Amino acid sequence: MTRTRALLLWAAALLPAISAAQMLDPSLLTKPLGESGWPTYSGDYSGKRYSHLTQINQSNVKNLTLAWTVRVTAGVDGGGGGRGGFGFANAIPTIVGGEAAELSGAFAGAPNIRASILEVGGVLYLSSPDNAWAVDARDGHVLWHYFWKTKGGTHIGNRGLGMWGSWLYMETPDDYLVCLDEKTGKERWHKETANFNQQYFSTMAPVVIGNHIIIGTGNDLDEPGYVQARDPETGDVQWTFYTVPMKKGDPGAETWGSIDGARHGAGNVWIPGSYDPETHLYIFGTGNPSPAYTNPPSRNGDNLFTCSIVAINVDTGKMAWYYQVNPHDTHDWDSTEAPILVDGAFNGKPRKMILHADRNGYFYVLDRLTGEHLLTSKFSDTANWASGLNAKGQPMRILTKDSTVPGSLVSPNNGGATNWQPPSYSPDTGLMYVPTSDVYSMYYLTETDPRGAMGLGGKDEQMLASMGSYLRAIDYKTGKVVWAHQYPGFSGGVGNGMLTTAGKLLFAGDAGGNLVSYDAANGKILWHSRLGQISNAPETYMLDGHEYILVVAGDSLFAFTLY
Amino acid sequence: MFCLALAVLAQVPPAASPAAGRGAGRGRGARPPAFPDRPPADPAALERGKALYGVQCNFCHGSDARGGEGGPNLLRSEIVLNDQSGEKIAPVVQNGRVDAGMPKFDLTMAQISDIAAYIHSFKVGGYDLSRLTPPSIVVGDAAAGEKYFAAHCGSCHSGSGDLKGIATKIADDKQLQQTWLMPGGGRGGRGPVTVPPVTATITLPWGEKVNGRLMRIDDFIVTLGDADGGQRTFARNGDAPKVEIHDPLAAHRKLLPTYSDKDIHDVTAYLVTLK
Repeated sequence: MTRTRALLLWAAALLPAISAAQMLDPSLLTKPLGESGWPTYSGDYSGKRYSHLTQINQSNVKNLTLAWTVRVTAGVDGGGGGRGGFGFANAIPTIVGGEAAELSGAFAGAPNIRASILEVGGVLYLSSPDNAWAVDARDGHVLWHYFWKTKGGTHIGNRGLGMWGSWLYMETPDDYLVCLDEKTGKERWHKETANFNQQYFSTMAPVVIGNHIIIGTGNDLDEPGYVQARDPETGDVQWTFYTVPMKKGDPGAETWGSIDGARHGAGNVWIPGSYDPETHLYIFGTGNPSPAYTNPPSRNGDNLFTCSIVAINVDTGKMAWYYQVNPHDTHDWDSTEAPILVDGAFNGKPRKMILHADRNGYFYVLDRLTGEHLLTSKFSDTANWASGLNAKGQPMRILTKDSTVPGSLVSPNNGGATNWQPPSYSPDTGLMYVPTSDVYSMYYLTETDPRGAMGLGGKDEQMLASMGSYLRAIDYKTGKVVWAHQYPGFSGGVGNGMLTTAGKLLFAGDAGGNLVSYDAANGKILWHSRLGQISNAPETYMLDGHEYILVVAGDSLFAFTLY
Repeated sequence: MFCLALAVLAQVPPAASPAAGRGAGRGRGARPPAFPDRPPADPAALERGKALYGVQCNFCHGSDARGGEGGPNLLRSEIVLNDQSGEKIAPVVQNGRVDAGMPKFDLTMAQISDIAAYIHSFKVGGYDLSRLTPPSIVVGDAAAGEKYFAAHCGSCHSGSGDLKGIATKIADDKQLQQTWLMPGGGRGGRGPVTVPPVTATITLPWGEKVNGRLMRIDDFIVTLGDADGGQRTFARNGDAPKVEIHDPLAAHRKLLPTYSDKDIHDVTAYLVTLK
């Protein structure tokens, strides 16, 4: 073989890897999750987090081995990704953007990545508040790093990036939508999406649907939450949907004591929803009403459309239906946990459904074409705040379980029976898998002036004890917990999100810092590796003939495969 | 750094550990507040603004600007939040909002600027510590509490024995209530009373028993601490080896789901008499 020929062959072999433009083919977004990578928050639009990949399965998962790991660093010096000392430093300059007058070093250091990671064409795209990275999916080396100089805002988490063509989209804690070139990480533009003076902060992963970039925002100061569609080329607003009534006569206005109360009623939008391509409905969960813990006259009523599953037409921004899972919430139990789209039999009839496990300890099944309520069940053993279900299947709140001056013993605690950690559904088992926690707290009312509380104020919640944390598997047909795996000990930790695969596997981060693989049918443990506190939901993708399992523990990515 | 925000934010999971253990906070300075307070205003302007507010605005919007007789909360108002020094407030004040029942006020720009300075001096956010002045939490019936205590707590505790003077030792009523419900602050450790540690007994396949303080347990390992500060870890595989956990608070934990709020308030009312 001549040297030239060898070089040519070598170059040809590399071609797939170096055809640098990782254009996202929009048709991938509507394909079932599997060979198509991980092009959107939940892998596909359904929210199932079920992959059709089978290379890793029950027979071989015990041989799963580390393919690579990389630690990333936030802040202006965050490039390179070699800080952990993996031999030679492959320093990548950080691209800096942002509207802040000065650079605050306070937001640098080790990020806690609570995002879903996109995998498109062999490249991973991930984020933490103010930071975005592209990482080679084959070996974990950092391709570029983007850092946003922040004005501030609550830096609690960033749920990930959205992708359209060769552009990436990120929301920032100080309320900008930033568009980045996926090849270089260079900024194309940024647009203000919410008012920082009104204490909005933004956490959601943008969801790309056709020519719409769906974003959401919220705050802890009584301002109204909303969803927006933005133009992918320009970032301009296409439509805005407020989750609470904004003027007299708006739908739901009668469920508030006053329009001023409704306009300051929150209903924040934190977590991406799901999308039904057949009906063009974007279906998502809204946050709790505000003030969160008190009952001012302005909140008299059910407080629509807070703590609701809401379906909006993605082309028009108009609401098609809603179902309020938690009328007049008083414990800050938002309903933003991912809704899952499932097609299957219910009471013997084929149905297109939504499954939703709520922070309030209850599980719901709805018809996703109409919003018709099909089932409610309680998955938390300890939830004690409702006296039962009303005719609509809504839990009926016990008024004395609101925060009170002498204290009310309530479960769940504020963190909830479940939270943002993504659940999963496997069509192989018909089960929905939910990370859950049964905790008691005392809720004390500290603001006795009904006018007085704003946002999350007015109460003092003091945790008492965890009765146990469980990975629970729920049968949507009955609402019953079919099996539950209790994490040993009483730390109250909920572990992290879920992934199921056609290899009949369930992957989840447990409360002890392990990535664990279970038999999805019965919860039998098949494999584990301790990585430190797992901070996002595991994902899977196929590359060069290998299936990878990807997960993050704080600032470090770990990819496992079979050789 | 999440710990500062832990209790107050909507999306925090129950046991939000700071980052991933490793490297949390490394190289970071203290974080500024998420939403900065406004710079302090000129004290003279504040005084003038306060006086004007008291006369002109107080009745409808409340002395704390959180709303009053007919007037909305100003602190969370879009206009006020986006106002710098009265420029956005002035048109509303000078023109009124007739449809909403607000008359117009004959105030100068300078006066409105002073009023704005006063309104902007309030803390804006859910948690305003100056407002956290709860009245007594003790509302229960001490006699009923004593009865309940005798029936449910009496096998381990006694008001004239181990709990004698407990209300002197724990003078804060809320802390006393939290402590009797779950001593040690719920997660073992901190609190006004010392709770013995959780221990475990491990029975090895050949019958040997190992006892020690439970340091860590998951589905795969169990770690015990011994008296001289060392640690011993054992691999777990399902039920082998056998692990028995001795939770000194097991009885407290078991009672939690059984209490009514009245039981709790009554027992607290009884315990506060044990000075």
